[in-house]
Amino acid sequence: MGKTFKRPEALSENHTHYCPGCTHGVIHRLIAEVIDELGIRKNTVGIAPVGCAVLAYNYFTFDFQEAAHGRAPAMATGIKRVRPDLNVFTYQGDGDLASIGMGEIIHAANRGEKFTSIFVNNAVYGMTGGQMAPTTMPDQKTTTSPYGRDIGQTGMPIKVANLLAALQTDAYITRQTVIRPKDINKTKKAIKQAFTYQLEGRCFSMVEVVSTCPTNWGMTPVEAIKWTEDNLLPYYELGDYKTPQ
Amino acid sequence: MGKILMKGNEAIGEAAIRAGCLNYFAYPITPQSEVAEYLARRMPEVNGVFLQGESEVAVGYMIFGASACGERVFTTSSSPGVSLMSEAISYIAGAQCPAVFVNIIRGGPGLGGILPSQADYFQATKGGGHGDYRLLVMAPASVQEAVEMVMKAFPLAEKYRNPVMILGDGLIGQMMEPVEFPEDLRTEPSNKDEWATNGMSTRGDDKQNLVKSLYLDPTALNDHNLLLKSKYDQMKKEEVLYEPVNMDTDYKALIVSYGTMSRVCKSAVAMLKEEGIEVGMIRPQTLFPFPEKAIADAAEKSSCKIILSIEMSMGQMVEDVERCVKGKLPVSWYGKCGGDVPSPEEIMDVVKERI
Ligand SMILES: Cc1ncc(C[n+]2csc(CCOP(=O)(O)OP(=O)(O)O)c2C)c(N)n1
Ligand code: SF4
Repeated sequence: MGKTFKRPEALSENHTHYCPGCTHGVIHRLIAEVIDELGIRKNTVGIAPVGCAVLAYNYFTFDFQEAAHGRAPAMATGIKRVRPDLNVFTYQGDGDLASIGMGEIIHAANRGEKFTSIFVNNAVYGMTGGQMAPTTMPDQKTTTSPYGRDIGQTGMPIKVANLLAALQTDAYITRQTVIRPKDINKTKKAIKQAFTYQLEGRCFSMVEVVSTCPTNWGMTPVEAIKWTEDNLLPYYELGDYKTPQ
Repeated sequence: MGKILMKGNEAIGEAAIRAGCLNYFAYPITPQSEVAEYLARRMPEVNGVFLQGESEVAVGYMIFGASACGERVFTTSSSPGVSLMSEAISYIAGAQCPAVFVNIIRGGPGLGGILPSQADYFQATKGGGHGDYRLLVMAPASVQEAVEMVMKAFPLAEKYRNPVMILGDGLIGQMMEPVEFPEDLRTEPSNKDEWATNGMSTRGDDKQNLVKSLYLDPTALNDHNLLLKSKYDQMKKEEVLYEPVNMDTDYKALIVSYGTMSRVCKSAVAMLKEEGIEVGMIRPQTLFPFPEKAIADAAEKSSCKIILSIEMSMGQMVEDVERCVKGKLPVSWYGKCGGDVPSPEEIMDVVKERI
């Protein structure tokens, strides 16, 4: 095919701090490729979460803001309201978006804020050492659920895409994964679709990406992929949950 | 333009527009919801942004996001709401963004009450959120002064790239007074291209701008805090504002009082004068930076026997006054903190009793 592996312009040359086999890096790359393809790098503002991706701005070559834990959707709202011409996305983990920041994401989605959320669901709190997240699976062992998640005490894992899709406001809500090459292509398409809706001023968009955290799952990257296939994907079903009318 | 009669809260909203700020995010709370109601009508008329957020937590970050991309932005709230915004205020100060916060204080702690209070003095001047940061805090004593302080707050926030807080109380918000909006206080936003995340194409460059408060390296974080400190030190040199009252006399007592409380104290000073009792007063207009030198100098006066810190809080300002007086004279507190504003007669009695 003669295709060379080229670094997207939107991706910086900095070496990543992510663990080997972590999917954050793949997702960063997809975002950068989409931004290049749409030619919107100089008009984009990203918002980094608090979580393993807090330093995401080191890996991109466009403007970035760093949010407090969970508050990225409120910051994105602030930007889009005063500068609707900018392309804005939040990049958030599941502790960030589905726990401490649940209020902000629901209301931003419900107002139909015209930004994009890239939601990285790895079923644990990565940065702080693998504690239980709202997305942790029943009986899954984490550092704060050492006997396995007890759903009698902590409820069932939250399906964020399903939840946001249930809102009455128009939106693009999809769940994808990046654990296999074919999934990576689909995720990239979804991110491109989300940014396109945003550029058209259509609607709020969220791409949930079912991801891995080999380090805190205590697995090799290969085991982590298998575990995701066997445990996460049957519960977190992939696909578009809502497309704008 | 002539004077118009306006309620404090509405005048505050209009003042921001007249200052050149067309972006407002807020969450309703008594006793300042009229600002939001006023701006919900008014912002669309001037092509401005009005958004009612889902909570003060979210509003704080809407302010952060908007200010971080270089736009003038402000919010108004009251005590419990400002507690919720304090997380964002710490981040905004840490990330060095300009923004204006108005706190129309109500009684506390907790839900407290909805009547006027000055009980958020510590929160405003000592940092309601975490970390080593300061706000430039201005305390108006009239609706006209509130208007002027709001208008001046925007260029000050931009000069220091730091949040500015207007600390009013329920009375300032609720009272009707004639006001005018001085044309010369309308300012152009400063150029923010050096730091704002306003999109590289907006700036016409290819350099990433980053708004952040994380410095994992201890030397870098220390340097960052030293930089912030240098701004607060500069404020202390350049921004102190206060009003001296009856200070060219041989006053027997000195009152330090601000905001609504100072209006009452001012009447008491005039009434005491008629009775032949001279009392001086310093009214801090900025609470941070505090008029340290003015109070220190005033305490040197040989006729002065006592300093009175009179406030609608349980003596939160006393520590600052004591710091200036350095033990040279006794510092005594008087105040009420339930929502009643002490009367001039009450203040007169207190002065007579304590001198
Ligand atoms: C207000 C606040 N509470 C707690 C923390 C500590 N904290 C940092 S990251 C994090 C969880 C991150 O997990 P997640 O959002 O799932 O992202 P991941 O690291 O897995 O990518 C927590 C609890 C914080 N920084 N701020
Ligand atoms: S801790 Fe988990 S989420 Fe964080 S970088 Fe490592 S593998 Fe990725």
